Amino acid sequence: MVKLPIYMDNHATTPLDPRVLDSMLPYFRERFGNAASRNHKFGWEAEQAVENARKEIAALIGADHREIVLTSGATESDNLAVKGAAWMYREKGDHIITCVTEHKAILDTCKHLEKDGFRVTFLPVDNKGLVDLDDLRNAITDKTILISIMAANNEVGVIQDIKEIGKIARERGVLFHTDAVQAAGKIPFNVNEMNVDIASLTAHKIYGPKGVGALYVRRRNPRVLLTPLIDGGGHERGMRSGTLNVPGIVGFGKAAQVAREELVKESAEMFRLRERLRTTLERELDEVYINGHLEKRLPGNLNMSFAYVEGESLLMGINDIAVSSGSACTSASLEPSYVLKALGVGEDLAHTSIRFGIGRFNTEEEVDYVAGRVVEVVRRLRELSPLYEMAKEGIDLKSVHWATEA
Amino acid sequence: MAYSDKVIDHYNNPRNVGALPKEDPNVGTGLVGAPECGDVMKLQIKVNEESGVIEDAKFKTFGCGSAIASSSLATEWVKGKTLAEALAIKNTDIVKELSLPPVKIHCSVLAEDAIKAAIHDWKKKNGHQG
Repeated sequence: MVKLPIYMDNHATTPLDPRVLDSMLPYFRERFGNAASRNHKFGWEAEQAVENARKEIAALIGADHREIVLTSGATESDNLAVKGAAWMYREKGDHIITCVTEHKAILDTCKHLEKDGFRVTFLPVDNKGLVDLDDLRNAITDKTILISIMAANNEVGVIQDIKEIGKIARERGVLFHTDAVQAAGKIPFNVNEMNVDIASLTAHKIYGPKGVGALYVRRRNPRVLLTPLIDGGGHERGMRSGTLNVPGIVGFGKAAQVAREELVKESAEMFRLRERLRTTLERELDEVYINGHLEKRLPGNLNMSFAYVEGESLLMGINDIAVSSGSACTSASLEPSYVLKALGVGEDLAHTSIRFGIGRFNTEEEVDYVAGRVVEVVRRLRELSPLYEMAKEGIDLKSVHWATEA
Repeated sequence: MAYSDKVIDHYNNPRNVGALPKEDPNVGTGLVGAPECGDVMKLQIKVNEESGVIEDAKFKTFGCGSAIASSSLATEWVKGKTLAEALAIKNTDIVKELSLPPVKIHCSVLAEDAIKAAIHDWKKKNGHQG
């Protein structure tokens, strides 16, 4: 028997790997020093541990350890990247390019900068979730100072062509930031091969602790400078002051090391489990739709719409499984997912979407259980669905005049 | 979000799921909501010609657990009532019975609308005004 509940929401966060926890514990206990204390053993130990972790984080993305700025997490990293570059280079230009399916940490930061007088181009995506590279080329002007396009999307798992985007940015002399939070440690990601200048990372998406992230900031060709958001003791090359979260950073380092060493094997296994889930659901149910590009996708991601079954009611039926939904009813805003909307998924289907995020600790047995439960509940709810009944009667739901004020 | 026990009960054991023959002159059908909004309710009543009492009711709902529960409860409540009594059911009664939180009040409003739409349909079919 599988152990319930099953956690399959690994894009939201991941469980802490026991190896990571073990690495952290001494830094909560006897090695509690401040990494900035320069004149005793406690400080030296902490500093050494931070530098080792920094090397592991750098190694995960093919960077130099001196290029890693430690932060409190991905949101801070995204803010520092975009605001930091905008303010540092504002004499050079006032234009930023990003994309509509970015995380809110990028979108809201860009909107904030618009209020401060910057101009932002929000590139659309096609119905598979990909940015058109010609759109990107055409959007660049001599006032463009930054391109920020995420490596892999947190909802639909779509992987952008980061290498090509990096090439375009480099050719045009524009800095390139990527939110690599979902990509790093899951798929090959190398800042030099991909011409990435700035990259956001976080520990808790790769089986590390919450509350610690990093920003890769290129040191040469070109040397990138950022205006800090947090001033203080001049830590992290002056780009991010504040006492370092030593146990968190140690855990991040361990998580990065494990992710790097096991990436090839693990991503193959995630892909196998994802495909097992997808093919079972497609075989057992009619009218299910994959949201986002199927091949250019994170191996552990499956985002699927189950037509005629509202997402929240489906989640309620599979309450021993933790997944998430693009339905409005599950969000505070009462709007369905803006990412699905950007892909051109109709609001009717957006309400029926479920995101499965398969991770390191999911098993084949769990995948089979989840598939079985989803099939059972979708069938039951379709029996309850007037839309399914109408569709089976041959009524075109788009032609119905729905009595709604909205 | 935590659901009340009554919502969970209606979700797990919905009452009166199904369909009544739409063409039957004694059957009134209400279809409210829209797929884009994430809620569609179909509520049907069968009215006894002699007594004017609702003797059967069925529903099908596309929507969240609270929407399913609201419409399931609505079918339970209208059965055995006269049309006038059924029209007196208020969405606030449903909110109270199911302990719906503020974000789910629209589910109860939709259920009230579904009752009214079904009665309206029956009246139209049977030559009543309004």
